[in-house]
Amino acid sequence: MSTAAIAHPKSFWREYVFSTDHKTIAKQYLSTGIFMALVGGLLAYVMRMQLAYPGQAIPGYGTIDPQSYNAVVTMHGTIMIFWVAMPILLAAFGNFLIPLMIGAADMAFPRLNMLSYWIFFLSTVVLLASFFVPGGAAAGGWTSYPPLSGSAAYSGGQWGVTLWLLAVAMEFAAFLMGGINFITTAINNRAPGMKLFDMPLMVWMQLGASIIFLFSVGPLIAGAVMLILDRVAATGFYNPATGGDPILFQHLFWFFGHPEVYVILLPGFGAVAEVLPVFSRKPFFGYRMMVYATIITGVLSFIVWAHHQFIAGIDPRLATAFSITTILISVPIAVMTFAFIATLYKGSIELKTPMLFALGTLVVFLLGGVTGIHLGTAATDIYLHDTYFVVAHFHYTLIPPVFFGFFAAWYYWFPKMFGRMLNEGLGKAHFWLTFIFMHVTFIPMFLLGFGGHHRRISNPQFFEAMQGPEAERLQIIATAGAIGILLSQIPFVVNSVLSLLRGAKAPANPWQANTLEWTVPSPPPHGNFETVPQVYRGPYEYSVPDRVDDWFPQDAKV
Amino acid sequence: MSSTGTPVARSEVIVPSRVLGMALFIATEALFFAGLISAFVVLRAQAIDWPPAGQPRLPIGVTGFNTLVLLASAWTMQQAAATLRRGEPQVRRLIMITAALGALFVGIQGYEWVNLVRYGLTTGSSLYGATFYTIVGAHGLHVLAAVISLIAAALIAPARSREGTDRTWLDPFRMYWFFVAGVWPVLYVLVYLS
Repeated sequence: MSTAAIAHPKSFWREYVFSTDHKTIAKQYLSTGIFMALVGGLLAYVMRMQLAYPGQAIPGYGTIDPQSYNAVVTMHGTIMIFWVAMPILLAAFGNFLIPLMIGAADMAFPRLNMLSYWIFFLSTVVLLASFFVPGGAAAGGWTSYPPLSGSAAYSGGQWGVTLWLLAVAMEFAAFLMGGINFITTAINNRAPGMKLFDMPLMVWMQLGASIIFLFSVGPLIAGAVMLILDRVAATGFYNPATGGDPILFQHLFWFFGHPEVYVILLPGFGAVAEVLPVFSRKPFFGYRMMVYATIITGVLSFIVWAHHQFIAGIDPRLATAFSITTILISVPIAVMTFAFIATLYKGSIELKTPMLFALGTLVVFLLGGVTGIHLGTAATDIYLHDTYFVVAHFHYTLIPPVFFGFFAAWYYWFPKMFGRMLNEGLGKAHFWLTFIFMHVTFIPMFLLGFGGHHRRISNPQFFEAMQGPEAERLQIIATAGAIGILLSQIPFVVNSVLSLLRGAKAPANPWQANTLEWTVPSPPPHGNFETVPQVYRGPYEYSVPDRVDDWFPQDAKV
Repeated sequence: MSSTGTPVARSEVIVPSRVLGMALFIATEALFFAGLISAFVVLRAQAIDWPPAGQPRLPIGVTGFNTLVLLASAWTMQQAAATLRRGEPQVRRLIMITAALGALFVGIQGYEWVNLVRYGLTTGSSLYGATFYTIVGAHGLHVLAAVISLIAAALIAPARSREGTDRTWLDPFRMYWFFVAGVWPVLYVLVYLS
């Protein structure tokens, strides 16, 4: 990298819009992701209202027909996974933290990084535009299964799905650039003295997520290209009428789709791994075991995909094999969970807001993980497949890393990002409200799913099992919970805005943490480190005996 | 160690960043082609007859010659990189020869496509046509992109040689060219010969 790339830019455009500074790019990803979370949240509100009060006018929206309901379901899933989880957890925090945590001035390829954000921005515009085209947005589900998605008659006009595919393809191109940048930076730009096993777990997790993403996305792009061609060039890859095979798309999709779960999970766990030792004042329990568990999870995530297809007509012997690999992957995840819990054991625990969200991540994820066992086993999955049990399960597994993990990271690194402290009282209110309403929303969904509520059905009362007052009551409780989750974000927004404007100035190291990002001013200047730091030790040396301070920064020379 | 905050004197860099970055990109690209190939194999295994009756046969001979053109371009690319490493001045000409061979390859492919369409092989005529145009077309677009990257490399070559010190700047270009040239024989055997 030349020194010109590091030189501080002068103009407004170069500094705030077309910036190559990883911290600015992180904030751009973060703000786009938070905006899209709002869109995705409002779509969830529309969905929940329709399910609780089918056919009635939804305040602020009006009545919704089945076609639009399908579009709302599709876009909610698409947005929350690809335009919220990925940009916030991976792109925003990866960009902000990797260079700061490894003592680098910027990413390995700063201009590629800028290009990555702006392609992502364009993909966001294309996706949002698809709401307003004739026929409406894509309505084939976030998995976009053919033959439904291959035919305009079923999937919301000619434009919706084509724009959806285009937006997703552009988004993947953006994250491809980001992933290449993350891996190269973490491997090549570490400060002198920082060995691989001195890297904070957040960097390991970002590295793992990026590698999993890069190695899984290619087949999906191939599958998506064939789906686009089915729509525009009459190829018929997935059309049984011409000798094509719709199951082929499911394989290509889930070969990416299941590793993607871990792409989202790992950075959220990374944030938890940074927060727990700081607020327990203890070294991380089993640091190396955590790294190995991450690697094993990454490898196993590539051989579990067909558990999404148990009822798609795959060979039962194949289903058994995939049941086994699926249950096997819970072993490294359990190792991580136990490492988290052991880190807390006998620590001096301080329940600040980041710590509450980190603990919340573990509690909620545990429920999600346990219910996954029923779905990973082919025998029980055949009954539960495509019911609200699945919906509740994946919300219990994705909300912990995506929202609780994000909020843990937000409350923990906000002082570093913006140079201001957040209000603790509002933060705790935010946590408890979100945590309680999370369960109010999704526990009824487990019960509804067991009772036979299919997902992606605009009016559940079409089915006899969903007609009684009990089912109706559960639907209304879940809807009240969802509205509760949305309203619980008010303290978060108020807190963030007020703190940005009037919060107490943040010191360089407000939490007395060890990792390198806390050795520079808050917010860090352009170029991050005044001198290249020298690293002497691992990231989690807290409460070292015979030392006055209970923390021991990585660059402190004894 | 510098005091300006520039990332010099990093801890042990084994593979330079631009080579590592390109290697990761190529790995992703390889998996993209693996996805296409797996789809081809699955669809073909399920087909009743392949190629279907009434569909034209693919031009094995001309494309075989074209394969040699692309392999020759890999050789000239290697010569360009070796020349640069020795500090000799022929680099730019060798890059242009490589790009020209690549363009020739794409041109012959395009010419064959026109013939095949005239004989009735289109994306919609059969899965045979659909897989052919998708796989060969995806590869052709990759060669085209690589040709454009080589033209860019030829444009920056004079400035790079005036700076003089960096004798490995062509490496990522070479890696990508080797990838598009190296994946082609695999596709040729799979789609045309098997």
